[in-house]
Amino acid sequence: MAARKTTKKPNVSAEELKAYYHDMLLIRRFEEKAGQLYGMGLIGGFCHLYIGQEAVVVGLEATAKEGDSRITTYRDHGHMLACGMDPNGVMAELTGREDGYSKGKGGSMHMFSKDKRFYGGHGIVGANVPLGAGLAFADKYKGNDAVTFTYFGDGAANQGQVYETFNMAALWQLPCIFVIENNQYAMGTSQQRSTSSAEIWERGKAFGIPGEAVDGMDVLAVKAAGETAVAHCRSGKGPYILEIKTYRYRGHSMSDPAKYRTREEVQKMRDERDPIEAVRTLLLQGEHATEEDLKAIDKKIKDVVNESAEFAKTSPEPALDELWTDIYATEIPQEA
Amino acid sequence: MATEILMPALSPTMEEGTLAKWLVKEGDTVKSGDIMAEIETDKATMEFEAVDEGIIGKILIEEGTEGVKVNTAIAILVEEGEEVGDVEVSKPAEPAKPAKNEDPKDKGGADGMDHPAPAAPEADVTPDWPEGTKLKQQTVREALRDAMAEEMRRDENVFLMGEEVAEYQGAYKISQGLLDEFGAKRVIDTPITEHGFAGIGVGAAFGGLRPIVEFMTWNFGMQAIDQIINSAAKTLYMSGGQMGAPMVFRGPNGAAARVGAQHSQDYAAWYMQIPGLKVAMPYSASDYKGLMKSAIRDPNPVIFLENEILYGRSFDVPEDDDYTVPFGKARIWREGSDVTIVSFGIGMTYALEAAGKLAEEGIEAEVIDLRTLRPMDTASIIKSVKKTNRCVTVEEGWPQGSVGGYISSVLMQQAFDYLDAPVINCTGKDVPMPYAANLEKHALVTTAEVIEAVKTVTYK
Repeated sequence: MAARKTTKKPNVSAEELKAYYHDMLLIRRFEEKAGQLYGMGLIGGFCHLYIGQEAVVVGLEATAKEGDSRITTYRDHGHMLACGMDPNGVMAELTGREDGYSKGKGGSMHMFSKDKRFYGGHGIVGANVPLGAGLAFADKYKGNDAVTFTYFGDGAANQGQVYETFNMAALWQLPCIFVIENNQYAMGTSQQRSTSSAEIWERGKAFGIPGEAVDGMDVLAVKAAGETAVAHCRSGKGPYILEIKTYRYRGHSMSDPAKYRTREEVQKMRDERDPIEAVRTLLLQGEHATEEDLKAIDKKIKDVVNESAEFAKTSPEPALDELWTDIYATEIPQEA
Repeated sequence: MATEILMPALSPTMEEGTLAKWLVKEGDTVKSGDIMAEIETDKATMEFEAVDEGIIGKILIEEGTEGVKVNTAIAILVEEGEEVGDVEVSKPAEPAKPAKNEDPKDKGGADGMDHPAPAAPEADVTPDWPEGTKLKQQTVREALRDAMAEEMRRDENVFLMGEEVAEYQGAYKISQGLLDEFGAKRVIDTPITEHGFAGIGVGAAFGGLRPIVEFMTWNFGMQAIDQIINSAAKTLYMSGGQMGAPMVFRGPNGAAARVGAQHSQDYAAWYMQIPGLKVAMPYSASDYKGLMKSAIRDPNPVIFLENEILYGRSFDVPEDDDYTVPFGKARIWREGSDVTIVSFGIGMTYALEAAGKLAEEGIEAEVIDLRTLRPMDTASIIKSVKKTNRCVTVEEGWPQGSVGGYISSVLMQQAFDYLDAPVINCTGKDVPMPYAANLEKHALVTTAEVIEAVKTVTYK
């Protein structure tokens, strides 16, 4: 597959490019393994895979610095891996075991890491958007220059509270980057059938929030746009919207037969627009890496993912006492 | 190495399915993402994709087979040049290791209640303030304002947000003067957008601040109930204790006067049900002050249910900047031996008035003010009922799923042998609040009803 031109080509080193390849592939292999474990009944409930959307979080995490926060909806495994959370802890949470990030009490949709400033993992579509603005509010209140990446989908973009939040974020100049991961389908309803605007980011104009649409299958384009957004927010100019046009290859959740789109549509995206293949081509054509180098990365990732699966299978179920813990805090949670 | 392809679970509830169609045959090469089969679940026909690369060595389950259990081997995948051979078929997914302390015999009692629910405290009868404490007369409104101001002086992460809290000085003048003292950074007027600003408040609490979110009334707070319950109350649990929402949601609750059905609802029973929330519904000014200070300092989300009619009432309040009242400790306003009247919030006005009139007739009622509904001081109720053997509850909210209904169930389970009469719940009527003055009066609980209930349970 030929490398595509990116609209804005940031200056990235071969090492950075290799890191993006690694991070995106890790998410993909992790998700494939999660799908497999779901099929085996080891993961229960809902399980929403991120396959196809990897360039979004990897491109944006490349623009984050220490102290920045991130929050997303239920399709959250990729975000956790991209911000450096431990694959073992994530997978063990998926299997509902004591070594999971939430001791097995959260599951796929409700995982958090105070340490990595990852504030979930939220199961109510759109509800994480005001929460993200609230995190940004806290940073502004404290007077630091941190920003919050608030991710949501094209489906959530039709919830009223998103626009309540846009209004207050603009009014109070909150350092919040609203990242609309537009994968074109809100569960089974296409954007055309659910959303009056063709360009969702343009809704920000009504609130005076700048933004742009970004090719989400191109990690370099995502990174470039992310840098613009981060610079805007960090300098105290208020929120910014990135509508990142992406695509999920898998169903909405594991139990989605995906009859609302054709097999050909999915295959075409996979063949022509795959974000990981694109970086692979860049690496090889630019002679930044050899086939052997990439195989070594693949192998390393396979080992990490297999180990996470093994860890998640062998970690014990939470002790029954855990049913009764963490309902009330006895002291103020310390800030990370 | 040959690997088994297992019948996948394709929905949260799937246990078996029909292998509708094979789209590959033995000898075909597959790679990750290729569709191998169509599988019918109870809900839909799903395409089943390959996860690994390999060659279909053998198909074990014919297409058209119904009732194929999840995790049954349906095919064998081999690598190039490898024979199917004698791959051992069908190892089910290894069951999870049981938890360390999981005793199979320990499955809970028949009532399912043998685990400790948030431990009910022992009845604590120490007075709220030591004898000789200097007292002043203060309205509930002033007590609330002082509590917030004192806590804002104490901790700069405490801030107040809500509609009209700053420049307007509060729709009910609770935040009067706070903008002047603390400035617009910490006393924040919001747009009329309850769901949104409640969510921003919760996010700010996640981020290390201590928000006080004012709802102009709790009726409007219903717009924000998802953020209160799903985001504020549950996050500590869902995150395995990593993060929560230390904050206060406050505002007037229940009926004011003549404002009709949409502005006159009592949410006590609603919020009392939610694990992860604490709920206060005080009556007197000293309790408003002491509990508000405790609520602001509490590391959990607190629902603070105030009452517009009580805002202007005056009570004794200790002159002490550090006066707090603990959650889960009831206050006994009146001791008596004939009947226990349990109430909270504005319900206390009926309870105390009824007790006064009953005393004139020689019936001595013990009146308990719960002050907080979660945690609830059931120990004090039970202790009192063991003495009086009778109980009447009083609240303005609706009867079905009421606070009184819960108290009755606690007494049935924990003090049944001490009861000499059925517990009576005096509640608001089971109707939306009417506007007409006479109808509204009847829709609320009345003192006469409390007196009648007491006479019924005392057989007088």
